[in-house]
Amino acid sequence: MNFTHAVRDVFDRPVRRLASAGQPALAGAISVENLTKTYGNAVAIRDVSLAIGSGQFVTLLGPSGSGKTTVLMSIAGFVSPTAGEIRLNGEPINHLPPDRREFGMVFQGYALFPHLTVAQNVAFPLRVRHRPRTEIEDSVRRALEMVQLERFADRLPRQLSGGQQQRAALARALVFEPSVVLLDEPLSALDKNLRHDLQAELKDLHSRVGLTFIYVTHDQQEALAMSDEIAILSEGRLVQMGTPETLYERPATRFVAGFLGQSNFISGTVEQARRDAFAYRAGATLLSQSGGPQQRDGDSVTVTIRPEKIRILTEAETADNRLESRIASFSYHGGHYHLQVDVEHVGRIVLDAPTWRREAPSIGQSITIGWDEDASVVVAS
Amino acid sequence: MSALQDAASPGYLDRAPSQLRRRRFQLGDNAAFYVLIAPATVLLLTFYLYPLLQVFWISFTEPKPGFGNYALLLSPSVTRVALTTLRICVITTVITVVLAYLVAYCWVHAGPRAQRVMLLGIILPLWVSALVRAFAWITLLRRDGLINSALAGAGLIDAPLPLLWNEFGVVVGLVHYMLPYGILPLAASLRSIDGSLMLAARGLGATRGQTFSMVYLPLSIPGIVASAILVFIFSLGFYITPALLGGGRSMMITEYISIQIIEVLRWGLGTTLAVTLVMIIALLLAVVSRVLDLRKLFGAK
Repeated sequence: MNFTHAVRDVFDRPVRRLASAGQPALAGAISVENLTKTYGNAVAIRDVSLAIGSGQFVTLLGPSGSGKTTVLMSIAGFVSPTAGEIRLNGEPINHLPPDRREFGMVFQGYALFPHLTVAQNVAFPLRVRHRPRTEIEDSVRRALEMVQLERFADRLPRQLSGGQQQRAALARALVFEPSVVLLDEPLSALDKNLRHDLQAELKDLHSRVGLTFIYVTHDQQEALAMSDEIAILSEGRLVQMGTPETLYERPATRFVAGFLGQSNFISGTVEQARRDAFAYRAGATLLSQSGGPQQRDGDSVTVTIRPEKIRILTEAETADNRLESRIASFSYHGGHYHLQVDVEHVGRIVLDAPTWRREAPSIGQSITIGWDEDASVVVAS
Repeated sequence: MSALQDAASPGYLDRAPSQLRRRRFQLGDNAAFYVLIAPATVLLLTFYLYPLLQVFWISFTEPKPGFGNYALLLSPSVTRVALTTLRICVITTVITVVLAYLVAYCWVHAGPRAQRVMLLGIILPLWVSALVRAFAWITLLRRDGLINSALAGAGLIDAPLPLLWNEFGVVVGLVHYMLPYGILPLAASLRSIDGSLMLAARGLGATRGQTFSMVYLPLSIPGIVASAILVFIFSLGFYITPALLGGGRSMMITEYISIQIIEVLRWGLGTTLAVTLVMIIALLLAVVSRVLDLRKLFGAK
């Protein structure tokens, strides 16, 4: 089956779009400026600003109650912001009702119309736009081909599996050639294996159609695996936005480091601050850390380090920071051991050790652990 | 070998199924079951099925045995009453369901406090006797009633409008009585519609009107059907309100039956009509239940 061909057919034709005269086809740049939404005294989102480039896959990530869904629903037009501006290709769209914004949407739980067949569901966005019947039939067939549901066109949604329903919802969101697709936790109802497959499929589809995808999830692995950029929200604020690598390797705050994967946090007092490095003291232990001309002696500092960046050291091996520790507990994960060790003055540290490094660990065993000064990162606490 | 030893011995699972089945106390379970439902069964047989069978019997035996009474069903007077009944019931059903839809829609989509107040407004009439309500309507609708005198006083009409003792009066009274029965199944059905579908429709480009006509309305059809069936069947067999507000002029089948039995003492024809009415309603339910799951329609899980 030639998907690429089908997709090109669907999306290369001229697209009717609002406020886009003179814009290149498939423009779908969204900018959110100082968005605030309050419900009475409760603040759902506060002063959130995001710029989402055309064709990007951007994920809004955060725990429940962080405001990520409110941001998405404001972009969709279901939530009217208390303050702030939302723009599509530079044009303000705050005043437009949801049906005039021309975004494709995939809802949590899919929201397929239970009284319509798969084909009728996919045809829905075209029917409400009064497209000619032959065009509708054509587009629906191609959209179903794109998500490999041609054989299920005449089934009702309840006769489909979860994964098939998800694909149908996707076809329905894409069929009318929107420039932006909004996805609200589309995979959260699926079991783990299927979710994994569909993540790859969705990512692949995104790169083929080249549309802007704005994706909401609370699953950090999903966000890391799929996104061009991730915006992390917490308690209604945008905490950090960047590529998955940036957010994982250089988290700006303790929240980001803790939310995106596992992290160790070490607090201390700065000593010997230099231009490109400094040392900090945790109890009687002095550790070194690169970066940070802004640090001054006597400042409190929080440093974070990922479990997989900590090495178990032999006598001969060196590292900028060397610590003696005792294994408190461990678990085996196939590719690595996950160890919890106690370090005097520093506390409990977790680390991942490759299984080939040495024989099986045992509880109470003394080991030397260490990391280089550029493996850890200073975060705002 | 005792049963206890038998069950405890390691090889008992290999034994033939017939041997195992004997130990299930099937008879004991069933006996308890019959004892428990016996009072209800006796009650139904004595006070419901027996009189019904008697009515059935009379329709074939009075005044003389045979199908004579059933031949009378095609007589002009009976057909006229039947047609009047059908017309009034259809009009009542249509008006009731439309009004019930509006009320149910507002009710389901109101805030929690407003919903409580509206619930009271909807079920309060159920606690007022049909007789009282019929007399209330007479007070409002009669020639010198509240409505006619108000309209005349405002100079809008010269002569009183004929609001009572005709089909109009009957329909008004019936609609008023049937509304709660129309609203309740409809509201249950509207409440079960997933609100996110409406968001999805809007998000996919449907206007408010399109969302209603293409998503909400089709999804509420089961509720509309349930409500219509209930109202139609209730109004077919309704007696007090049509008798009082119709004033003998637009006579419905129930009033006609009552006259046959109480006044002209043609028990044969009266019971025949009653039997026919029961048959028609049973047939109606049978046909509808082939198309729709009635138990589900009226709220069973």
